[in-house]
Amino acid sequence: MAILEVKNLSKTFGDLKVLKDISFSVEEGQVVSVIGPSGSGKSTLLRCINQLEHADGGEINVCGMNMLRTENGKAIYAPKKTLREIRLKIGLVFQNFNLFPHMSVMQNIIEAPFRVLKQPKQDAIKTAQELIGKMGLTGKEKSYPCELSGGQQQRVSIARALALKPDVLFFDEPTSALDPELTGEILKVIKELAEEKMTMVIVTHEMEFARDVSNHVIFMDGGFIVEEGDPAELFGNTQNERTKQFLKRYKGV
Amino acid sequence: MSFDDIKNVSKILMEYLPNTLKLFFFTLLFSIPLGVIVAWLKKCRFKPVSWLTNIYILIMRGTPLMLQIVAAYYAIPMLVKNARDSGSTGGFIEVLDDFMHSENYMFITLIVAFSLNYAAYFAEIFRGGIESIPVGQYEAAQMLGLTRMQTFFRVILPQVIKRVIPATGNEVIVLVKDTSLATIIAYAEIMLKAKQMMNTYSSIMPLFIAGLFYFVLNAIVTIAFHFLEKHYNYYK
Repeated sequence: MAILEVKNLSKTFGDLKVLKDISFSVEEGQVVSVIGPSGSGKSTLLRCINQLEHADGGEINVCGMNMLRTENGKAIYAPKKTLREIRLKIGLVFQNFNLFPHMSVMQNIIEAPFRVLKQPKQDAIKTAQELIGKMGLTGKEKSYPCELSGGQQQRVSIARALALKPDVLFFDEPTSALDPELTGEILKVIKELAEEKMTMVIVTHEMEFARDVSNHVIFMDGGFIVEEGDPAELFGNTQNERTKQFLKRYKGV
Repeated sequence: MSFDDIKNVSKILMEYLPNTLKLFFFTLLFSIPLGVIVAWLKKCRFKPVSWLTNIYILIMRGTPLMLQIVAAYYAIPMLVKNARDSGSTGGFIEVLDDFMHSENYMFITLIVAFSLNYAAYFAEIFRGGIESIPVGQYEAAQMLGLTRMQTFFRVILPQVIKRVIPATGNEVIVLVKDTSLATIIAYAEIMLKAKQMMNTYSSIMPLFIAGLFYFVLNAIVTIAFHFLEKHYNYYK
């Protein structure tokens, strides 16, 4: 069963059509990279799936639950309760982390398990401790985000998303706000998650990484999916002129 | 004035300090929560509520507090008088009559006038604070499944408090000095007494001493806010 199904999704900001008829699906355990030039609609696509933007039309299904459908040209969202249930199955890692600055690393991670999932505090702390270890942040439990490097902050935000045990994890350009030296540590973490068969959708400008880590690549431009497929195929042997032109700008790929 | 006179004036002013402090603390107690509510109402998506809130803020900030104090103090007596003049009696008029002759009437009208006035200023400070929180904080809270209430009280409000401390400190310092406006309806606070003693002693010295009282109070407020700011310095 597909964890995520998107059909004919469209989204307009004022007069600007940002998404035009987007369809794709993500299977369990798949790692999908979404690449494309700035303004191609990658982030908007992610935000529509994560309910941070309202789509104008199309259909979205998450884990077998219908989130959005279109009837007579009108977008209809599922009832609030379903939307909430769906939201908890999806995790999102933001480009600029969006950690809560007034909470320590530990507090940031246990906030949702404790207050939303109503886990006992001890259990939430135990899970958080494991995640902190996994992210290589042991000893930073009591630190505040402002005391951490960008790479460490992004690892905290990944741990925070994982603490809710989502079925699929989205990344919105997770390394774009980081110094080049720090991108490596984030990419390593994502790679480890991929090895654990975590289902992920990653919007990224890191072409080499997209080729290495993902088993499916989507190339977007101008609000359309121009091409999608196997990474080796798309990066190495694309027949599409637009894809070729885009990839040419990233040397070494 | 002799040194003994100065000591005597200080002693008398000290006796009236509690009345000044009472006005100060009760105004804070009511105007700060009211300010939060007004800030919320102003951001209400139902436009008529937001417009009414705007009009309220416009009037409160647009007219002198001294005028508002006088208006609040005389509103009920005028109402009762007009009602009686036009021949109407009845339970409600009697209730108002009892209230305006009650012991706490003056203090209550002062608190009402001060709280409504200061709430308007606090509301604008808090609104600015709320609007300065990056939208990413709301989105992160939303993605974690926090409810709107949880988002406000757990994520937004603690950050707003840190950001509004300097502006709120300003307002609190002004309030210490504004308590002297209560003198207009003869509320027995420091300023009223200082003016009376200025006449008694034919000297301006009582005013200087009163000024020193306000100065010391504000020094304390300044230090308190300094520590409050320091307390929130554990994050940026």
